[in-house]
Amino acid sequence: MSEATLTGATRAEVCAVACAELFRGDGEIVAAAVAGFVPMLGSRLARSTFEPDLLTTDGGPSLTADAVPLGAAADVVEGWLPFRDHLWLVLNGRRHVIMGPSQIDRFGNTNISCIGDWARPSRQLLGVRGGPGNTLLNPTSYWVPKHSARVFTEKVDMVSGVGTDRGAHELRAVVTNLAVLDFDTPDRRMRLRSVHPGVTVDDVVAATGFELAVPDGVPETRLPDAEELRIMREVLDPKGLREREVPS
Amino acid sequence: MSKVTTIEEIVGSLESGMTIGIGGWGSRRKPMALVRAICRSPLTDLTIVTYGGPDVGLLCAAGKVRRLVTAFVTMDSIPLEPHFRQARQTGAIELTEYDEGMFMFGLYAAAHRLPFLPTPVGLGSDVLKINPELRTVRSPYEDGTELVAVPALAMDAALVHMNRADARGNAQYLGPDPYMDDLFAKAADRTYVSCERLVDTADFAKEGPPQSLLISRSQVAGVVETPNGAHFTDCAPDHGRDEAFQKLYAKAAGDPDGWAAFRDRFLSGDETAYQDAVRAWREEK
Repeated sequence: MSEATLTGATRAEVCAVACAELFRGDGEIVAAAVAGFVPMLGSRLARSTFEPDLLTTDGGPSLTADAVPLGAAADVVEGWLPFRDHLWLVLNGRRHVIMGPSQIDRFGNTNISCIGDWARPSRQLLGVRGGPGNTLLNPTSYWVPKHSARVFTEKVDMVSGVGTDRGAHELRAVVTNLAVLDFDTPDRRMRLRSVHPGVTVDDVVAATGFELAVPDGVPETRLPDAEELRIMREVLDPKGLREREVPS
Repeated sequence: MSKVTTIEEIVGSLESGMTIGIGGWGSRRKPMALVRAICRSPLTDLTIVTYGGPDVGLLCAAGKVRRLVTAFVTMDSIPLEPHFRQARQTGAIELTEYDEGMFMFGLYAAAHRLPFLPTPVGLGSDVLKINPELRTVRSPYEDGTELVAVPALAMDAALVHMNRADARGNAQYLGPDPYMDDLFAKAADRTYVSCERLVDTADFAKEGPPQSLLISRSQVAGVVETPNGAHFTDCAPDHGRDEAFQKLYAKAAGDPDGWAAFRDRFLSGDETAYQDAVRAWREEK
């Protein structure tokens, strides 16, 4: 790979590094990045670089001895985490989960259950899955591949993941295809932390269906360094699954 | 004593209005041969307890479900289950919705003959709102914590699909995850096991280590050999999910004509006819 291709990072790669950053300082806990390719890549990138003690899976119940490429089976397995132990781990709390919300409000309450009235929904989705437990007991982050006012809503129709106003353990951040958002405000409302290169603050505000806390001077999201790009492109995601999730 | 039986006898022993547990998880190791048999039976008005996949979809499409108790319904590689969505969106079924971990505690409670188990999970979420009969309890110890009392998920019968079983009903899983199948077996009044292959008890040791013997015959009322009986769901290591067939199913479920054609081709006969039709479809491709 030439130096030229190593420099220009794609939007998907910026997002993956932002997801990796979510795990900074987490140490020896399970990174449960269940929301898509980009957060999964981010968790494995964190492990391959600045968080070597993280535990990651192959997408199934195998805890892998090393961060494995996306879609690859574990080469060496260091542990076993079937669903029942995963549910134990939720209560135990040594886990940081990245989920994908269908709706999220300003306090980070999220919905993956259904759209409309629960008794007779206009669109049935997955059901609450592990949302209530994850958010109440584990550090939780979110990944939104398509930032829009349909996802970032004034009110969510069914609170499946609890927000900062309903007892969330710790909502760390929301990474989207446009920006990184967090809850670092006095009343724990969502705030714009950084915008990805090529995105303006106005773009993010326009794509958000509620009033966002916007500080003076929003920085740009950190770019991948050469080593991070090399690991993503050559080791962890040579097939470029990340680019399918976030087209540049 | 042999408990080997047939699909028809198992389904014939069930009654309308019963609460039936179904093992597996999403679109993984579902006792689909037994589910298909329920679909063509006269049973109605069932309460289904499951970590839902296409088992829920098929039963909804056949009009068998009155109430569903679950935390999700998904086909994994296809996130949303079309028949389940339709059943919810037309108000055809009642739903009792739990968090995944709450649901597991409901199984643990039933398996241990406890009325409930406490968990903090659910507090703050709308699970308590949409399920107003859920009660909270306070820890009797110094912490005084408020907790949700998850009621026991007791069942009249449970259906699970395993990789191997013997004639007396001992059953072995060989895949990477037991799911909650042994908990379903312990939580239900009686459990029926379908399996990929019936083996001699002495041969279990050749198949896997003792800890792969997940379900004891003491919990099992009947066992039936149904090769490829989890189709089209995953049943590792015997076979993976039939992704092409799952796609065909999901697409067919999208409109009434498509579903009628799918039903006529694959679901109008017994399990042997189903497996033959799947084989013919695969050869055509």
